[in-house]
Amino acid sequence: MPTVSVKRDLLFQALGRTYTDEEFDELCFEFGLELDEITSEKEIISKEQGNVKAAGASDVVLYKIDVPANRYDLLCLEGLVRGLQVFKERIKAPVYKRVMPDGKIQKLIITEETAKIRPFAVAAVLRNIKFTKDRYDSFIELQEKLHQNICRKRALVAIGTHDLDTLSGPFTYTAKRPSDIKFKPLNKTKEYTACELMNIYKTDNHLKHYLHIIENKPLYPVIYDSNGVVLSMPPIINGDHSRITVNTRNIFIECTGTDFTKAKIVLDIIVTMFSEYCENQFTVEAAEVVFPNGKSYTFPELAYRKEMVRADLINKKVGIRETPENLAKLLTRMYLKSEVIGDGNQIEIEIPPTRADIIHACDIVEDAAIAYGYNNIQMTLPKTYTIANQCSQEDIADKLGLDISATKAVHISNPKTAEFQVARTTLLPGLLKTIAANRKMPLPLKLFEISDIVIKDSNTDVGAKNYRHLCAVYYNKNPGFEIIHGLLDRIMQLLDVPPGEDKGGYVIKASEGPAFFPGRCAEIFARGQSVGKLGVLHPDVITKFELTMPCSSLEINIGPFL
Amino acid sequence: MADGPVAELLLRRLEASDGGLDSAELAAELGMEHQAVVGAVKSLQALGEVIEAELRSTKRWELTAEGEEIAREGSHEARVFRSIPPEGLAQSELMRLPSGKVGFSKAMSNKWIRVDKSAADGPRVFRVVDSMEDEVQRRLQLIQGGQAEKLGEKERSELRKRKLLAEVGSWRDRPFKPYNFLAHGVLPDSGHLHPLLKVRSQFRQIFLEMGFTEMPTDNFIESSFWNFDALFQPQQHPARDQHDTFFLRDPAEALQLPMDYVQRVKRTHSQGGYGSQGYKYTWKLDEARKNLLRTHTTSASARALYRLAQKKPFTPVKYFSIDRVFRNETLDATHLAEFHQIEGVVADHGLTLGHLMGVLREFFTKLGITQLRFKPAYNPYTEPSMEVFSYHQGLKKWVEVGNSGVFRPEMLLPMGLPENVSVIAWGLSLERPTMIKYGINNIRDLVGHKVNLQMVYDSPLCRLDAEPRPPPTQEAA
Repeated sequence: MPTVSVKRDLLFQALGRTYTDEEFDELCFEFGLELDEITSEKEIISKEQGNVKAAGASDVVLYKIDVPANRYDLLCLEGLVRGLQVFKERIKAPVYKRVMPDGKIQKLIITEETAKIRPFAVAAVLRNIKFTKDRYDSFIELQEKLHQNICRKRALVAIGTHDLDTLSGPFTYTAKRPSDIKFKPLNKTKEYTACELMNIYKTDNHLKHYLHIIENKPLYPVIYDSNGVVLSMPPIINGDHSRITVNTRNIFIECTGTDFTKAKIVLDIIVTMFSEYCENQFTVEAAEVVFPNGKSYTFPELAYRKEMVRADLINKKVGIRETPENLAKLLTRMYLKSEVIGDGNQIEIEIPPTRADIIHACDIVEDAAIAYGYNNIQMTLPKTYTIANQCSQEDIADKLGLDISATKAVHISNPKTAEFQVARTTLLPGLLKTIAANRKMPLPLKLFEISDIVIKDSNTDVGAKNYRHLCAVYYNKNPGFEIIHGLLDRIMQLLDVPPGEDKGGYVIKASEGPAFFPGRCAEIFARGQSVGKLGVLHPDVITKFELTMPCSSLEINIGPFL
Repeated sequence: MADGPVAELLLRRLEASDGGLDSAELAAELGMEHQAVVGAVKSLQALGEVIEAELRSTKRWELTAEGEEIAREGSHEARVFRSIPPEGLAQSELMRLPSGKVGFSKAMSNKWIRVDKSAADGPRVFRVVDSMEDEVQRRLQLIQGGQAEKLGEKERSELRKRKLLAEVGSWRDRPFKPYNFLAHGVLPDSGHLHPLLKVRSQFRQIFLEMGFTEMPTDNFIESSFWNFDALFQPQQHPARDQHDTFFLRDPAEALQLPMDYVQRVKRTHSQGGYGSQGYKYTWKLDEARKNLLRTHTTSASARALYRLAQKKPFTPVKYFSIDRVFRNETLDATHLAEFHQIEGVVADHGLTLGHLMGVLREFFTKLGITQLRFKPAYNPYTEPSMEVFSYHQGLKKWVEVGNSGVFRPEMLLPMGLPENVSVIAWGLSLERPTMIKYGINNIRDLVGHKVNLQMVYDSPLCRLDAEPRPPPTQEAA
């Protein structure tokens, strides 16, 4: 869940009123947000780096607010305020408009070289914008939040924003050999080739995470203006030439990526959020993007979509009884302008470009429920009549013909630790480690575990299968084979498996195993098949687990008995 | 205790003597309680091979009041004998003597006297012998003289039966050391279940009471298809990243997928359908084939619902599962790479959000959690979604206790479930309630081989509806 950090006083100013922390927390909860933390820059720095470093930092109160992962329109102060104000019916949802420029439309031409590395690009212009320091910071922060979330750390989409007045179109989005790309990147004083930059950024704590997206590719994506000025080398870095500042008035926004749908959403979000500060509020200047096949498209899409949902469907899904008019009002509060049409039971809902998360009627139903207030819904018990059953796990038992020890373990491709490279095929090591971690406990230690282990098995759809194992160890001054043996006898007694070689019985026969002391190991046969082994552990095994006493153990597959 | 003064004294005495010491004698010699000496012996024994001790029992005897009288004045039978003159005595008169009744029958059985029943004035008693030995008096006098050992066991027990002799030191005259009721008893030998197992069986119990059937969950290894795609979780979703999920190197790919169903899932993701816009991206089969360690038991729920959808006509179900799931998480005091997920699912015609809340209320009431609040939330495969919060008395705030929602139509309809069937579901972890219940701050003390066995030995029964211990100082996240 992304967390958005906003200045409290700025937030209250934009909301047109103040709240106590509790009141605001309550409002968040109702709306599906979470006031995660109340802090300040000073507090954050002092927590992370100590009081000394925090000395000069700002102690302006910050609210850290958790936002649902699909609500990209709430990832900045502007969006949060707009959402809450509409929710509280203090403002009407603004209508976002795409307009054609008076003069020539800005053009971005995509060349076919991009196809293999990052084929999509969209663009737009914010005209006559007025930044303040806070607005500017929020603009930068929103891009970062989008990069981290919907853009999947820039892998799917990367955003570049530029001072249009320093550039001259048309722009070209192409891909070149890294050695052929040379420019002065953001915050550097001289030009570097792309190869050099990739090296420099290996130690950059922020940028090093994105290098892998294009590293080792023969061509790197790059955007030029008509004079050959580099706007950006997506998804890594922008050029310094076109950098935006607090004083920038006209912004050219490009989003490049591998996911066209998401690139369009990202662009829509940025322009809807910040067109608020344009001279013509909530209007966005169109840009034209020409694809390699010659087709050209105009962006941002800023598409409004109409959905039709019947009022009784909403009532039925939520478990409430509201009039269609009330439901339309509830939905309108959720930024979904709605009205009752047709037979009086139909609600027409307008999905604005900010609400890319609405893809099905069920999303609309949820918003109606949120506006109604989850905690106002009458709780009822479903009349679903069922008979309970416990899991018998019969399906485990049917395939025990196979020799477990001959099959192999399942390997993890991205293990967390060296101890965790395979899914366990036996429970014994875990119990021995537990003893090792509890050597201070009085003897004897008698431990057991009943758990699943995993074995490769090409007869299943995923190629692996769980088996339910029982493992027990006895750790004392003497090996205690008779104790473990007695445990086996007792288990078999409880499972109603009689001793003896008869078909239904169990018997143990001398055997060997690398884990066991020679001559002190037996294989357990039950109901005509081998189910496991018991014996006294080999001193080498005991030593390897940093244990000092003799130990006997038992491990069986209990599948056949369940 | 072993290094106390008594023990030291005892050792010195032992050194000086050959053939050992009698604890009772030593106590008498040293003028201390016998128990003090015994205590010293026991603590020395506990040290191992320092001293040897054997248990001996000795008995001392003393005369009862009646016994003393007899030692002094002779046995009743002797006294009867002596009181009979040569001309005999009327029996009725004899019986009036103090020793008459007892003495008469004894003297008779000793054949010292005889009764002439044909005498003129009633039965008359005569001496048979001229003199007799008062054996009883002699024996009692011996005992009085401290020579009880000269008597045989049989003779002593005869005297004891006649209540003339008593064992010295019977419990009546002994002083008893008071019990220390503050001390602990000796624990019985018993096994101990791990707290997670105890809490788990409580949850199972609750589900069974509510009529839920347990789902099979015996596949830790799952394909991305069942773990994500079937749940309408898009292929670029961050949860499908290496940073969040453990993928398999071997077997790297699922061998079989239900291809008909796969096609419907593919279409729903990439183009939409069933009333959905879809995610509008290029859905790849290779991505769906990737095997992983399941990240939630919802993959098992998806398989169960798919199986349900193949059965016609549709029958309503309630399912639950409690089993292990795996996530590539940053490990800390409250997070491990594997944990147990508890999941409940109800599928029926026309279920509402109100029904979901109603079921949750009943479920949590059985857990002893009554103050509930629901927060709108986002889950990729449920819509509407709600997080469940409960008011924590100890922390004095609302804490999240579970997540829930209505499965998206984009997940259910491709499976083949009827359109008017809704499926409500909720989930929570097993570890968190266990940590709160047993006051455990660090998950490593609870799960994995570093588990503290003392904690396992000491943890009480799990009754979820009972008041929990005071909360841990650190909040379990």
